[in-house]
This record gives sequence, C-alpha cells and structure tokens, in this order.
Amino acid sequence: MIYLQLFWTYLKIGLFCFGGGYAMISLIQDEVVDNHAWLTNAEFTDIVAISQMTPGPIGINSATYIGYTVTGSVIGSVIATVAVCLPSFIIILLIAKAYQKFNSNPYVAGAFLGLRPATVGLIASAALLLMNKENFIDYKSIILFVSAFVLTKFCKVHPILMIVLAGISGLFLY
Amino acid sequence: MNPYWQIFCTFTKIGAFTIGGGYAMLPLIKKDVVEQKKWIDPTEFVDIVAISQSLPGVFAVNLSVLTGYQLKGNKGSIVAALGTILPSFFIILLIAAFFRHFNENVYVMKMFNAIRPAVVALIAVPVFSTAKGIGINLKTVIIPITAALLIWIWGVSPVYIVLVAAAGGLIYGKAKSKLVS
Repeated sequence: MIYLQLFWTYLKIGLFCFGGGYAMISLIQDEVVDNHAWLTNAEFTDIVAISQMTPGPIGINSATYIGYTVTGSVIGSVIATVAVCLPSFIIILLIAKAYQKFNSNPYVAGAFLGLRPATVGLIASAALLLMNKENFIDYKSIILFVSAFVLTKFCKVHPILMIVLAGISGLFLY
Repeated sequence: MNPYWQIFCTFTKIGAFTIGGGYAMLPLIKKDVVEQKKWIDPTEFVDIVAISQSLPGVFAVNLSVLTGYQLKGNKGSIVAALGTILPSFFIILLIAAFFRHFNENVYVMKMFNAIRPAVVALIAVPVFSTAKGIGINLKTVIIPITAALLIWIWGVSPVYIVLVAAAGGLIYGKAKSKLVS
C-alpha cells in the first residue's frame, strides 16, 4: 500500500531528522532514492534545486513533491506532508506545555541562560554555512549581500520587500 | 479581527517568503511577530529558536508550532503551522503537476541568483540584533563565537551545542544561586 509506505517513510524522516534543512537532505535521499527507489538521484537533485527556489523548507517541499510524483494524486502530497510534520507537532506541544509550566523553575531558567547566547551562535553558523559557492557565484553576489545587509539592518527595509527587490535586480544583473 | 485568522494570515505571509530553508524564516518572524505586532517578546523569541533547534523535525514547522502555541495554545499552533505550510504546499504541487522544468527557466534563474545572497544577509542581520537583545557583552560573546565556529568549521551537530549550552547554563545558574544564599 503506497500511501501507507509514504506516510511511514515521512513520519520517520520527521522523527529522526535533527538540525533541520540541510541535515535532512541525506536522510530523505536515503529513504526515497536508495530504500524505495521512488526517485532517481537526478530527480532528487532537481527537487533540492526546486526547494531552494521556492518558499518553504526542504522537508516540506520534498514531501509534497514526492507524495505527488509517487502516487500521481494530491492525496499522496497531503499524506506525506502531514506525516513529516506530525512528530514535531506532537513533541513540540508536549514541550511547549512543559516550557510554560517550568520556565520559572530555577534549573530550567539556568539552562536557558546558557542556551540563549549559544542560539545566537547557531543562527550565525546558519548564515556562515550558506556563504558557499552555490549562493555566492560572483562579485555581484557580494554586492547584493552587503546591500541587503545594510538595507535591512540600518534602513529597516522589511525582509519580504528585500527579497522582492533582490529578485527584480537579478533580472537586470544576470 | 479573529485572532486565529490573524495568526494564520501572518504565518501564510511568512511561509510564502521563507526561501532557502528554515533559517530564512527567522528574520521574517522577528520583524512581523516580535517587532511589529509585539506578540512575543525578544527573549521569548530566542527561547523558541533554541527549543526548535534542539527538537527533531522541520525547523520552520517547529518554529511556527511553538510560536503559535505561545500565542493561542493548541489551536494557535495548528493555525500557525498550517499558515506556514500552505503556500509552499500549493506552489510545489503546481510545479510537480505542471512545471517540472521550473528551475531551468532563465528568468527564474536570474532572480534566484540575486535572491540567494540577499537571503544570507537577511539571516545574518538577526544575529546582531538578537545578541544585543539578550545582553551579550564582551565576556559572554565567546559563547556564540565558539558555537558558530564549532558548527561552521568542524561540522559539529547543533544538537550537541544545545545540550552543552543548556548544561553549562544549569551549572552556572546553580553556582550563582549558591553564592547568593
């Protein structure tokens, strides 16, 4: 039963992927290319490319795309997408309840004292990891990066407007 | 306006512009939910990021479920997650069904060549504002720098960073409370 297989596979991906996005790619590839042969490696690479060019995280995008491709119906998309979200949904709701109840607890408060500065480091590492050859293809990329940084940080341009502006400038620059 | 509808609309807008992975959602949530609407305060926001990062699953979903929960409990988390997912769901469905060669379109390629470095800048901006927001000083700045370098250069999993940071905070908190008492 293909729907059940899809559901089970994406439930596993949702449950065992730590670290989000790019850490997820290899596990997804393992499941859908190697284990189930739902896609070829080339098709999988296409999905990664499409995910980077469309809104939404790769975990969701690949679920929606593969769900449709494998079953030929929207139901497959819905099942895979729901399955990949379900584990984090349940875990988070439990954690969120605990956070509201325990965030005045001295131990929990202490833990967050250490977590907060580390989180700043995590966000910084995300930006650093993205400074790669795929995202920075030439000197124009660096100009775009600096302009976007200055415009959003100092001129308070809204991030969404910034993405739209960058897209339009790309039509002229490339 | 109905609060659930408000949450849904805000997260749909955020979901539609989360380009290039879950971290691209951070500047959008920070701008709309924290700075403009003031639904959650900046420290709460950092806590939500810390928790989302240390749990399994899709980072963007974790982030929206937690934010939604802080706003309006169980129902809030469901509408926030739906809002985040729906734009990408429909766009990918359209591409899977009709535009398989979307990524080879020359205009799409031109736009994304420029959008990618801009998104990296959008993710870099909250690093500095968040550091300021949680009161990082010259002494504590060593923590985010070490964490970032460990992940960036040595490929350490963020999960370990979170565990070590939490344990460190716990010990520090305990030592401090002993000193006071």
